[in-house]
Amino acid sequence: MSRSIPVLTVVAVLIGLWYLAVIPMNAKWEYDQAARNDRELAFGEMVALTMNQERPVLPAPHQVLIGLYEQTVGCDAVGRRMCRETTPLTVQGFGQRVVESVSSNRSLIYHGLITLNATLLGFLIGTGGGILLAVAIVYNRATDASVMPWAIASQTIPIIALAPMIIVVLNSIGVAGLVPKAIIAAYLSFFPVVVGMVKGLRAPDAMQLDLMKTYSAGGRDVFLKLRLPMSMPFLFASLKIGIASALVGTIVGELPVQRGGLGVRLLSGSYYGQTIQIWAALFAAAILAASLVGIVGAIERRVLKRMGMAA
Amino acid sequence: MLDVTKDGQGAAGAPVIEAKGLNLTFHTNDGPVHALKDVDLTINKGEFVSFIGPSGCGKTTFLRTIADLEQPTGGSLTVNGMTPEAARKARAYGYVFQAAGLYPWRTIEGNVKLPLQIMGYSKAEQAERAARVLELVELAGFEKKFPWQLSGGMQQRASIARALAFDAEILLMDEPFGALDEIVRDRLNEELLKLWARTQKTIGFVTHSIPEAVYLSTKIVVMSPRPGRITDVIESTLPAERPLDIRDSAEFISIAHRVREGLRAGYEDA
Repeated sequence: MSRSIPVLTVVAVLIGLWYLAVIPMNAKWEYDQAARNDRELAFGEMVALTMNQERPVLPAPHQVLIGLYEQTVGCDAVGRRMCRETTPLTVQGFGQRVVESVSSNRSLIYHGLITLNATLLGFLIGTGGGILLAVAIVYNRATDASVMPWAIASQTIPIIALAPMIIVVLNSIGVAGLVPKAIIAAYLSFFPVVVGMVKGLRAPDAMQLDLMKTYSAGGRDVFLKLRLPMSMPFLFASLKIGIASALVGTIVGELPVQRGGLGVRLLSGSYYGQTIQIWAALFAAAILAASLVGIVGAIERRVLKRMGMAA
Repeated sequence: MLDVTKDGQGAAGAPVIEAKGLNLTFHTNDGPVHALKDVDLTINKGEFVSFIGPSGCGKTTFLRTIADLEQPTGGSLTVNGMTPEAARKARAYGYVFQAAGLYPWRTIEGNVKLPLQIMGYSKAEQAERAARVLELVELAGFEKKFPWQLSGGMQQRASIARALAFDAEILLMDEPFGALDEIVRDRLNEELLKLWARTQKTIGFVTHSIPEAVYLSTKIVVMSPRPGRITDVIESTLPAERPLDIRDSAEFISIAHRVREGLRAGYEDA
């Protein structure tokens, strides 16, 4: 409660600033329209008009919210017929709309699920690969010296340039659909995991390693009983970055493919000047990212609490 | 420099640790550092031996060499008649570090069980031994607590319990109470003596504190730096039974005086 007031205040200020920005961004079009019709446009009238344009330069917050509704369980997403049948909206009708929305290619839920699938698969590949690579780097000097610079270099290449090449190459060997997008997601998400896990696996100090030596502990015990538990806080910090990066990678991977996903909604919105659609897709992506990071955070709290390391 | 065949306690057993002409030189960027030079020492079974001296005198290095955590560059060293490495692999000693070094993700009981799990004890035996050593260090009832829930003194007691859990005959302690305040330290010293009397272990104990060394030991090894070497070995004449106020006795003060003289002599040589 004590925290919600400052948070809500900040949100209110941001929304206020957004509304203010809408006026100058959309004013030109209104003035042009008025000039074309040989009409004087009063300032108050202009402001009102900028808030509800069909294709605004910057849509107003309420337009984005309505867009989000329309493109998830609203009439735009579920189609006219179902829309008619379920109006006025009941709980049962809402359920029907959600079910319809999952399979309607005009719905952000449908596209969001496509993106989510590739994101999760990519995140799993990236995390698994990242952990294995980190273990190899920590236990093998040659890997440490040879792989780490490449891992860093890999992240300096703009993913937007690399994504089409990955898709084309994989397509030419018959891999299409979910996997190429997941690989782009993995490409972005493995890096924070490698960096975090290398740091985490190296976190035990000399004394803790000496202690293991006094027990004549084998490599397996040192790894499982010391290095791995010690790296857990590092791992979770990396996973939060990694899963958000995986989502970005997936969306970028969807741009050249054009077979569904939030990336497609973003791109097609920009093709047809549907700014509200772009913003709605952006918000859908942001909500998805926040939920994924939130889920990782919840798992982190549970695991660290069980390990007596709750922050 | 010195050959001890009997100690004041009359409990002397066979030699457990024997160093002859032991040398250890670290090669650093600033040239070689003689951490240990021509160290001769015999520690017999059941003795409580303190190593005292200023920083850089090699007392910790000597303890670590016994534990096979450092490799000597010359001379000979045997532990239980074996090389230090063989002794380590035979799990001949428990080591208590300066910091308790408990794993924060394990409960106190979990920490004590750590060596037992590594050494492959059965679940039942792990539980039985953990309960026994925690009783010994008076931490019964704290099994399920995490380290951060305990005071510094209790954490260090838990780390001693961890070193005792697998019944090594030798206990090596590197300034275990150095970071604790005087009052807690007095109590732990008293408890350590009781524990030693009950378990009959051979203890090597590194300290900065003269009263601590005199109070605890049957034998005090005075060391001095540059190069790290032994300057005096004092057999304590104090009785086995040592209440805290023995520190006000004339005998205690005279032994402490001799230790202080030894430390000063080491400085003047250097």
